[in-house]
Amino acid sequence: MKVLAAMSGGVDSAVAAARAVEAGHEVVGVHLALSRMPGTLRTGSRGCCTIEDSMDAQRAANLIGIPYYVWDFSEKFKAEVVDDFISEYQSGRTPNPCMRCNERIKFAALLEKALALGFDAVCTGHYASLLTDEEGNLELHRSMALAKDQSYVLGVLTADQLKHSMFPIGHTASKDEIRAEAAARGLSVAAKPDSYDICFIPEGDTQDWLAERLGSTAGDIVDMDGNVLGNHQGAHGFTVGQRKGLQLGKPAADGRPRYVLAVDVNSNKVVVGPQQALAVVELSGDRFTWCGKPKDNAEEFFDAHVQVRAHGEQVPAKVAVVDGALVMRLEEPILGVAPGQTAVVYLGTRVLAQTTIDRTVSAVDAFSTGSASAGPIGQ
Amino acid sequence: MRVYLDNAATTPIRPEVLECYIDTLKLIGNPSSVHSSGQQVRQVLEEARESLAKSLDCDRSEVLFTSGGTESDNLAIKGIYWQRRDEDSIRNVVITAGTEHHGVIDPIEWLEAHEGAEVQLVPVNYDGELDLAWLAKYLEDNHSKVALISLMWANNETGVVTDIKAITTLANAFGIPVHTDAVAAFGHLPTSFKESGLAAMSISAHKLGGPVGIGALIVSRATKLVSIIHGGGQERGMRSGTMNAPAAKAFALASEIAVATLDHERARLAAIKGNMVEKAKTINASLVLTSEKTETLPNIAHFTLAGGSGDSLLFLLDQDGISVSTGSACQAGVNRPSHVLIAMGRTEDEAKGCLRITLGHESTEADIEALLTSLPKAIDATLRAGLSSQ
Repeated sequence: MKVLAAMSGGVDSAVAAARAVEAGHEVVGVHLALSRMPGTLRTGSRGCCTIEDSMDAQRAANLIGIPYYVWDFSEKFKAEVVDDFISEYQSGRTPNPCMRCNERIKFAALLEKALALGFDAVCTGHYASLLTDEEGNLELHRSMALAKDQSYVLGVLTADQLKHSMFPIGHTASKDEIRAEAAARGLSVAAKPDSYDICFIPEGDTQDWLAERLGSTAGDIVDMDGNVLGNHQGAHGFTVGQRKGLQLGKPAADGRPRYVLAVDVNSNKVVVGPQQALAVVELSGDRFTWCGKPKDNAEEFFDAHVQVRAHGEQVPAKVAVVDGALVMRLEEPILGVAPGQTAVVYLGTRVLAQTTIDRTVSAVDAFSTGSASAGPIGQ
Repeated sequence: MRVYLDNAATTPIRPEVLECYIDTLKLIGNPSSVHSSGQQVRQVLEEARESLAKSLDCDRSEVLFTSGGTESDNLAIKGIYWQRRDEDSIRNVVITAGTEHHGVIDPIEWLEAHEGAEVQLVPVNYDGELDLAWLAKYLEDNHSKVALISLMWANNETGVVTDIKAITTLANAFGIPVHTDAVAAFGHLPTSFKESGLAAMSISAHKLGGPVGIGALIVSRATKLVSIIHGGGQERGMRSGTMNAPAAKAFALASEIAVATLDHERARLAAIKGNMVEKAKTINASLVLTSEKTETLPNIAHFTLAGGSGDSLLFLLDQDGISVSTGSACQAGVNRPSHVLIAMGRTEDEAKGCLRITLGHESTEADIEALLTSLPKAIDATLRAGLSSQ
């Protein structure tokens, strides 16, 4: 196959490209330029987007012995990922930009361009595995290295996209093995630090970065009954589940810590309350996609697992498609889920579906009202 | 065998120049040393200076060796700006154009940001031609404020040739020095420094079959400038640092050959280019020759491909073993909309679909045959991929 290896300049994508070459594919390395004004040197724990990173990718491609190019996706990235990130926060939601990037850039714009230019597949350094079921359908599964598993951020891939994807490092037991392999191959990125921060936020301070773009309007911090407990300098600076930085002065009546329960950007209010009020027992989303073959009889509730954060735990749930929405009834409550986050549904290790969360049902409400009506969070 | 059609980025070194370069590298001695070893290398350096002066039709003492075009541009622009402003603090205007090379634009923007310079851009039309009537009027009204004018002799992306004599005639009437970046022009056009009326002119060796790492700034005897590199006082105190005699000699030889074969090469390359342009035009209506009605260098053909991205085209041709360019090579290899095309009134999308074919002393009809064989398929795929990345 003719394979385009997306190379960020990090160790994972470099080893993935090398393995694709060894598997007998004709491989070309491509670095995606995502920033219009790239920094010269890497700072903090960002893993791409500086000129140093593109040079690292080029050196890796040279050592692997494949052609290398830089393709500019900066405008598309700004429109589809950065602007989306800002507008989601503006609406009081908590987006996952890496997921958006996979959905709109790596496995959409890049893949489309690659196919048009004669490639058969795009290969990345994600920790996830592609398996084939008995009928020959492609399935996306968790990586063998569970600690590094990135199947969550690939949950947006459809059956057609899976057909043109390759994840050569998914069957590796650990990142240490990848680093050792990179060192053995003489790749200079073998010891490059992992990246954790959001790539387009240079100083790694999301709140400051957002405040610069959204401005900050002071408002009230209120309890669940609407009583004013304090004030804030901009509602978008808060995320559901946040405990630190509330600066409320006086403690709660029961002396227990308070958490952000909801961010209401329309009234510019931040709602806080006890930890148990963060617990969510049901999630649903209208914009869902199947990752590979859809579930048969999906209108009937079936047993599955749900994960709502890239590195979060999965919880058991009953899942079904109800009135066109993906509904997940959690058997164990999850704390602090915010609308805008992505819920990924797993069947065993297989990624089955994903949705952006539109509604949540609070455990407190469900308990107090005995019904599954939407609580104060994320209405 | 790869087909190399990116000679405006750099040219293959001529075999006889390479041989001369290697031989001269074996000499021992610092040209500034007093002993015989040093004098032997000094002699090589001064012979190179005389030879280059002859190729450029200038005085030998007007040749300052530098590391290349960008250093020459920086020395000329900053050096003349500081000199003129120090003579009269009212002179802070630098006149240039949006189509200049970054080697010129960036030092001027630096002067604007750090040294209080005011930048005036000569308007450029759709074909890349300068509005000299604007320049005449501006000078008429503001000549006492102007520190210098820097306008390139020929454009490195589009090949558009500037009437340098017309510019110096306007400027010299007010005693305003004109610098030109002649990196693309030298070796491809007659470039007599004496007749040009220029104060300073930047040239570089690797664009005409010489090695990378050597260039020159030609500064007229009448022009004063402030040095930007300080040290041992070499090159009339204008460019300190041990002089690179072997590279200077190779540069001089490459220039000598380029000038001696100029008429023949111009005709030869113009014929190859003309043939290519005629055939390329029939491939796809979206592929359009830039600046068709204007005088361009015989070795540069620039096209835009509406609805396509230059990096797709470059990739596909590269896969077929053909080296071309989307414009000026830049940092990290990212294809950005060309600032030259933007200055010529193209939109960002239009300026993304650029294809630059540039010929050199080794280019043949066979190279163009190979290009024309690959081009139709590459254009189809590029248009299919469209501007999906943007």
